[in-house]
Amino acid sequence: MSMQSSAFASDEHVLVIEPGRSAKHYWADLWSFRELFFILAWRDISVRYKQTIIGVAWAILRPFLTMVVFTVIFGGLAKLPSDGNTPYPLLVFAGMLPWTLFSTSLSDSTNSLISNVNLVSKIYFPRIIVPVATVMTAFVDFLISSTILLGMMVYYKFSPPWNILCLPAFILLAVLASLGPGLWASALVVKYRDFRYVIPFIVQFGLYISPVGFSTQAVTFKWRLLYSLNPMVGVIDGFRWCLLGGESRIYWPGFLLSLGIVALFLWLGISRFRKMEKSFADLI
Amino acid sequence: MNGDDVSDIVIQAEHISKKYTIGHQSKHGRYVALRDVLVQGARTFIHKTRDLLQGKPIIQGTNLEEIWALRDVSFEVRRGEAVGIIGRNGAGKSTLLKILSRITEPTSGRVTIRGRVASLLEVGTGFHAELTGRENIFLNGAILGMSRQEIKRKFDEIVAFAEIEKFLDTPVKRYSSGMYVRLAFAVAAHLEPEILIVDEVLAVGDAAFQMKCLGKMGAVASEGRTVLFVSHNMGAISTLCSRSMLLFNGQIMEDGTTDRVMASYFSTGKTVSDEICLLNHPNRTPGYEQLLTKIALGLNPGNVAYCGQPLAIELHYYFPSLITIPQFVIIFHAASGIRVFSLVSDYQQNNVPKSLQGEGSIICNIPRLPLLPGNYFISLRLWKPGQKLDEIENLVAFQVEWLRGGTGQFNWDSSLGVVYVEANWQVTAHVQQRI
Repeated sequence: MSMQSSAFASDEHVLVIEPGRSAKHYWADLWSFRELFFILAWRDISVRYKQTIIGVAWAILRPFLTMVVFTVIFGGLAKLPSDGNTPYPLLVFAGMLPWTLFSTSLSDSTNSLISNVNLVSKIYFPRIIVPVATVMTAFVDFLISSTILLGMMVYYKFSPPWNILCLPAFILLAVLASLGPGLWASALVVKYRDFRYVIPFIVQFGLYISPVGFSTQAVTFKWRLLYSLNPMVGVIDGFRWCLLGGESRIYWPGFLLSLGIVALFLWLGISRFRKMEKSFADLI
Repeated sequence: MNGDDVSDIVIQAEHISKKYTIGHQSKHGRYVALRDVLVQGARTFIHKTRDLLQGKPIIQGTNLEEIWALRDVSFEVRRGEAVGIIGRNGAGKSTLLKILSRITEPTSGRVTIRGRVASLLEVGTGFHAELTGRENIFLNGAILGMSRQEIKRKFDEIVAFAEIEKFLDTPVKRYSSGMYVRLAFAVAAHLEPEILIVDEVLAVGDAAFQMKCLGKMGAVASEGRTVLFVSHNMGAISTLCSRSMLLFNGQIMEDGTTDRVMASYFSTGKTVSDEICLLNHPNRTPGYEQLLTKIALGLNPGNVAYCGQPLAIELHYYFPSLITIPQFVIIFHAASGIRVFSLVSDYQQNNVPKSLQGEGSIICNIPRLPLLPGNYFISLRLWKPGQKLDEIENLVAFQVEWLRGGTGQFNWDSSLGVVYVEANWQVTAHVQQRI
């Protein structure tokens, strides 16, 4: 017994480095790096609006102006119907919020690894921390821009339904929806820089094919299920259901499909990422 | 006890190898036609698409070459040892450290590490220019693996070590480069891992601060922690490490006491033959013209020069164009890397013409070599006022010994210093004690 204890002191940390040895304690390892995760998230947040004139106001201004434009184009010019008697700007903004959360975190996480080259090539840590930490920045932006929604609700004298209690679940869903493709893309960008240009394109495209500027009910019913292949359809519908209630209903088959797609991408993202993670330092 | 011996090995590397694949662009013919460019472009596109589909990394170029940065490297490090890793650029030192610190995976082989590792491959990793000194201490500390509590506890010490109290709340982008480096090193110096892996980081900062860092690292090593240290600064290695490993072309050439390993490091430069041709010499700093063409040292058999005896060094040159006031410089380094002295033709008794063109040779005579027994090596420079024209580093290694049968100073050795200065001693006052 004394032999044993002298050979391996109880808290001794033994590490084996071998090619292709997938970390057995990947998630435990990740947990031990949680402080690094928070500090990287904090760094990104505190640096985000440094040396800008209006600072954090950018987080409010951008979605607000987009909302105004969408209200004018889709509600005013195209005269698309709102959900019941919900004011059109509210409808747009309730879709705008999750969309901005999704698109910022997707595009930021895509670029996160290559913009942290110095960390990746000089220090060991579970690489997954970097793209996930950038999602925190998008989340903080989201919280800030949510205050506009509050202001708008007061302005339109619109009281949210009890459904709002489910909102955190849908926020999480929006984050997970961006994390799957975000992780995958961030790993791919390390190897193939092409994806840096692909993702902004997808995001730009997605703004119009997701029900941000219009209600899902504007889509012909027989296409609804197909439309729900876009995971953001389920997320945005969920947001509207939570915030606006009433006529904004969730189309359950479509929602479950969106949920499945989110889960699939998340699994793909994490497993691809873990597979490529080990070669990042050689490729970046 | 046997069990203790096993637990004493904190790093065990078994047959580790690392392969990189790099690409070369095949040379185009002299005349490049648009058609060739298009064909070449299409071929590259097909190659890259195929790589993408097969999930292989994209490698620029048409010819692939495999490079073994490390090949079958095995060694053991015991608890509390400070080991220096030396070798020329490209010998595989950094790759080895990257594998040990888990940044990259070996292609084959296995490393077992017992204890917490902190690796310091660069000072100030992750420093963010927009953040203040205070914020960067926390950021960098976390990146190097310190907990928030630990950083808080050492915060004042770090600030004092870096000497930046006044600028703690200034963004580091406003720092002078010296302050930046001091802060970065201060954080790193307060790491307390069981195993510390350090790459060429002392090459920054001013001399006084470098000494301070060396002292701090020496303290780390003497506390029983294990230190692995890569540097080109031989002085730092010989101060810190009692054992060293010499890497050459990805393999361990020698592993033993620092003195012995350093001696063979310097002799891998060149063993002295009668003359050394300097044309296309690998030790010439890239970018310099090949103006110095040959060197010959008046050494005795076994590459030995004698202390206190004459030494002649002959340089050959070829100047294709006129050089005004050429200055030939010969630098003597000790095995520890420190410069012992330099000889500069223009500052010493010479008959070098004010301007030179063409081919020729020049002899430098040292009437009494003032070096104590040990290993030394020579670097060469050619200057003209205000401009360096040629530079060749560490090209001749030689040994200095006492000449047997000369004046009787046989008990001198390198522990007394590196130079032998002639002096005479006379008693000026003495009171005889009655016995």
